[in-house]
Amino acid sequence: MRSKVVLGRLLHNRQARYGGIALILLIALAYIGPYLGAYDWTDKDFLAFLSPPDADHWWGTTSIGQDMYAVTLRGMQKSIVIGLLVALFATGLAALVGAFAGYFGGWVDKVLMWGVDLLLVLPSFLIIAIISPRLRGASWLWFVVLLAAFAWMITSRVVRSMTLSLREREYVQAALYMGIPRWKIILRHIVPNLSSLLIIDATLNVSGAVIGEAALSFFGFGIQPPDVSLGTLIAEGARNATGYPWLFAFPAGLLVLLVLAINLIGDGLRDALDPGSNS
Amino acid sequence: MSILEVRDLTVTFPGGIQAVRGVSYDVAQGEVLGIVGESGSGKSVTSLAIMGLLPQNAVVSGSVKLHGQELLGMEEGELTRVRGKAISMIFQDPLSAFTPVYTIGEQIAEAVRVHQKVGKDKAARRAVELLDLVGIPHPDVRAKAFPHEFSGGMRQRAMIAMAIANDPDLLICDEPTTALDVTIQAQVLEVLKTAQAETGAGIVMITHDLGVIAGMADRVLVMYAGRPVEQGVVDDIYYRPRMPYTMGLLASIPRVDGEQDTLVPIEGNPPSPAALPPGCPFAPRCPMHIDACDDEEPPLTQIGGGRYVACIRSREIEHKGMTGADVFPVPVIPPSDVARVPREERETVLELDNLVRHYPLMKGAVFKRRVGTVHAVDGITFDIAEGETLALVGESGCGKTTTLQQIMQLTPPQSGRVVVLGKDSSRLDKAARKALRGDLQIVFQDPMAALDPRMPVGDIIAEPLRAHGRKNVSQRVAELLTLVGLAPEHAERYPQQFSGGQRQRIGIARALALEPKLIVLDEPVSALDVSIQAGVINLLEELKNRLGLSYLFVAHDLAVVRHLADRVAVMYLGRIAEIGAVENVYDRPAHPYTQALLSAIPLPDPEMERSRKRILLEGDLPSPADPPSGCRFRTRCPKFARLSEADKRRCVDEEPSVARLARAKDHGAACHYAEEIEVITASEHQEEQ
Amino acid sequence: MGKFLLRRLATNVILIALAASLAYMLAATTMNPRGAYEGRQPPVAEEVIDATLDAYNLNDKTPVFERYLTWAGGVVTGDFGKTWNGGSVNEEMGRRIMVSLRLLLIGTLLGFALGVAVGAYSAVRQYRFSDRAIGVSSFVVMAVPVFLLATLLAIATYNLNRGLGFTLIEYTGEYNPRLSGWDQFLNRLNHLILPTISLTLGSIAFYSRIQRNMMLDVLNQDFVRTAMAKGLRRRTALFKHALRTALIPSATYFAFAFGTMLTGAIFTEKIFSWHGMGAWLVDAINQNDVNSVAAVSLFTAVCVLFAAFLSDLLVASLDPRVRVS
Repeated sequence: MRSKVVLGRLLHNRQARYGGIALILLIALAYIGPYLGAYDWTDKDFLAFLSPPDADHWWGTTSIGQDMYAVTLRGMQKSIVIGLLVALFATGLAALVGAFAGYFGGWVDKVLMWGVDLLLVLPSFLIIAIISPRLRGASWLWFVVLLAAFAWMITSRVVRSMTLSLREREYVQAALYMGIPRWKIILRHIVPNLSSLLIIDATLNVSGAVIGEAALSFFGFGIQPPDVSLGTLIAEGARNATGYPWLFAFPAGLLVLLVLAINLIGDGLRDALDPGSNS
Repeated sequence: MSILEVRDLTVTFPGGIQAVRGVSYDVAQGEVLGIVGESGSGKSVTSLAIMGLLPQNAVVSGSVKLHGQELLGMEEGELTRVRGKAISMIFQDPLSAFTPVYTIGEQIAEAVRVHQKVGKDKAARRAVELLDLVGIPHPDVRAKAFPHEFSGGMRQRAMIAMAIANDPDLLICDEPTTALDVTIQAQVLEVLKTAQAETGAGIVMITHDLGVIAGMADRVLVMYAGRPVEQGVVDDIYYRPRMPYTMGLLASIPRVDGEQDTLVPIEGNPPSPAALPPGCPFAPRCPMHIDACDDEEPPLTQIGGGRYVACIRSREIEHKGMTGADVFPVPVIPPSDVARVPREERETVLELDNLVRHYPLMKGAVFKRRVGTVHAVDGITFDIAEGETLALVGESGCGKTTTLQQIMQLTPPQSGRVVVLGKDSSRLDKAARKALRGDLQIVFQDPMAALDPRMPVGDIIAEPLRAHGRKNVSQRVAELLTLVGLAPEHAERYPQQFSGGQRQRIGIARALALEPKLIVLDEPVSALDVSIQAGVINLLEELKNRLGLSYLFVAHDLAVVRHLADRVAVMYLGRIAEIGAVENVYDRPAHPYTQALLSAIPLPDPEMERSRKRILLEGDLPSPADPPSGCRFRTRCPKFARLSEADKRRCVDEEPSVARLARAKDHGAACHYAEEIEVITASEHQEEQ
Repeated sequence: MGKFLLRRLATNVILIALAASLAYMLAATTMNPRGAYEGRQPPVAEEVIDATLDAYNLNDKTPVFERYLTWAGGVVTGDFGKTWNGGSVNEEMGRRIMVSLRLLLIGTLLGFALGVAVGAYSAVRQYRFSDRAIGVSSFVVMAVPVFLLATLLAIATYNLNRGLGFTLIEYTGEYNPRLSGWDQFLNRLNHLILPTISLTLGSIAFYSRIQRNMMLDVLNQDFVRTAMAKGLRRRTALFKHALRTALIPSATYFAFAFGTMLTGAIFTEKIFSWHGMGAWLVDAINQNDVNSVAAVSLFTAVCVLFAAFLSDLLVASLDPRVRVS
């Protein structure tokens, strides 16, 4: 019933509609696009180094003859997967930590929030960058874990403060007075009632993670070669952006579009899930 | 000569929601027009439309003339010269109606300076004068305070001061006392009367409280589903209602003077403004409904001098001289078996012995620190026998909610004892506590907040059953739904799909699921409209009698308490002021606080209201962090003020405890100079005799 | 009030100490300064490397906790240790700290002030063309990460300057050392243009969204209605009553946005070749320069907590409800 209303409102929201269409097209491009191109991303065309876009290489080639179209889409796949995984982990962690801290209060709250404060003191970029030398040669999944591990703190504070008010809600008290264990109350009554916030947050975390990955990869602290992501491609392209703009323009443009589409959906979701909010 | 003429005012919101559908009325100089109606009847929207303060997407049509000048469609520049000058408005919730970051004085001075060419200093001085006029002590100091530093009653006084700053011709009061406690309400209504005397303004008084209207209004307009259904002089409306809705409304209000035995509920719910029935909007709930009612909506027609009724059977009602009791069937509630056993021989289900609960008082949001101790509950003692309802009454801040939480938590109290069904809460282990929870359940105040919006009703009711490992859950859920007057198929719906009264029934069904012995009712009907409230009160009474339940009924509405309770305990600042059987406490209150409380409650009876003598209390409730020495009530006690200096000493030095009054069997008061008097119907007239 | 400020300060000092220690531990365990010496031609003897590393407190053969204690002992007395090749971290920091602070200060103030102004304007003009235009642009800006924005700005300026045939806007470095006096000042300002844009645009967009939403929330509240019922014009009511109240939540975001600002500064400095703390961090990580990384981390922690502290003070000054009387 409620999901239908939300969906209706979401479809009514122009931002969300454009964002949704754009995202579907981008995902289709990332996952179906490679089958349409003539080259695989690992192929090297030794006859065309740094060739501008033409009929054969739609988006041109790199300095080692890779097909930019294939490589960029491959990079976008990786960026999307990283974004989704990070958002899932980060939001999940934020929900659990925030809800437990807010509901139990006392020393649980104090310890958890001190941890959050501590992690907030240093920007996540800095910490991941420091750890990154260790990650050379490790699986990219570790990178996902790191990004997620430093992306949940602010949400967990919001979750905590909302839990503090939810805890006083009468239906939560009613559950307590029925003799239902506290952890069950958190999972059954508190977290589901935060779902609007969490869905919105998860959406925005996807774009945050995509940007975060790209930012780290820009300095070589992220995804390591031979693997590619939008970030590594942009870093590569930026060096020669004036001479060979296609190396920079395609990954950069796709990154902006991807982030924009996700943000638009996130903002639309906020309007649809939270009828009290404006616009 | 009318100040304000409203003609055929309609307000439509996007989506075709017709909130107001043709309202017409006049207000003359010095006249008070009362507009009554339940939530959603369009009464507040009407007043905002007159002020031109509705959101920009609302479509307003019709005519609103002030001194013959049309206000609708007026340019903003011209309208700003009228707003706050010729028409002022007093809003319901004075906390949100003041800007939190400016002082009260600044905000009143601003109102002065918008319309009068005076300097800043002069405006500030005028603000202080106005605050003094509405009875705020130390107005020069208080003018520098921020809204959050004012109590609710003080804020509403300040609101009135701001409204009369420019000597308006018309005051629109939108539920001005709804958010206030009853003794504060009495004070604020007095201030309003003073303000009216000062300005000679006409007043439009919007409220759902028929008691307030009875005491204030000259004429009354009754609204239902966005339209006036009856209009007339106040006595006509109260004593000779001609529209079944008005009749039902009057019959459904619980009265503190205990004039009626059983409340008469109006079945059903008001129609949604998006889906109005084709004929009379009240027809689906009306016992006098005939086929012709569904044909078309009856117009508001004049039936005698200044009387208007929108009902095709009004002539018949008039002719037969029918009353609410004739039109609406009076429900029959089966008597209780337990009540026949004398109280002493019944089991005690709840016993509180000298219960204490103190909180640390924290201050500051960014920088927190402990600044004192809140004496929320400071030694209270009472017990409840099987099959009995004890009401715990008092104004906000008196500690009744803390008491209730302390009981429900089943944890050892800071001091004193809580004994539920013979089991001391300080000696319970985890398993015993959980088992005891099955016998002790609660129904909350706000029926929306009490039900998890993300669970279907069936799961909500089943939750306690599953938690306690009961079998045949779905069968029991169906039984429970039937028991509270809902249908078993409602189990699949979500709480949002029910009206307030139905939600409260769901809450009751959940409380009954484990077949408890004692149910704690936390203001169970205060969030409901009167016509719905009566049905829930009757249901509670019926369930108690049928199932042999005991209730601890926490409430601030003394009229409702009189209907439901057997015994009543009046709380003031964490202590019990008076306790005893309902008849004793209501008819012969002995504590000055109880007396003031009872006399402050407005009666839905204009004649009585006109002649009634009120005991007005001075000031606000003292902070529970710093209660007065000795008797906690002495700072506001009218009796204390009249005592000799020698007698006063005792009140200051010695804290009174509840002492049984000599004459009554079940009646005690915590006052050194307790004296039983009658207050509810006390009038000036009687005083003279 | 003073007592609470002191307590707050004490908590912050502890947090800074913890954060910096954490950063040092991470850097000391993940980085390998030895690598820079081992790969040399001709090869350096192991004892020599050890001796050098010992002198810089960078030897991985010393237990990490011991190295930490040496480092922490130094920091307490104001000595941040040696860089990977024996330079003084203190001196390096002295050269760089003002560069970063200038950038951060201008970026933060400008971002907050302009963002709030744009957001408030947008809210007042809700649903009009200007509101929509601001909304769309802020979404686009927020979708462009700083490193992309900075790169784009650099490319655009490069092309612009080439097209004009002279350097209209500087896009690399902090100032021209050959100039002096007034010219030097103007040249510094010129060099500031691009980094400031790339650093502030994002936070303008961020604050404008927040301020707009907060204003709109406040707009429908009772007290704005009261202000209009008094006889104030809608516009006056909005500016006097809504804007002031809606500033409070924006101020609480101040602390949070500062972390993002710091990250942005790293990219801005690096891309426009400013020798600030951010650029140093990137270089230090690439050079396995443990002590420099730790020093930058400490600087960052101090900045973040100072911003949080300022944000608290700002909220307290804006909102009488949170003040302790």
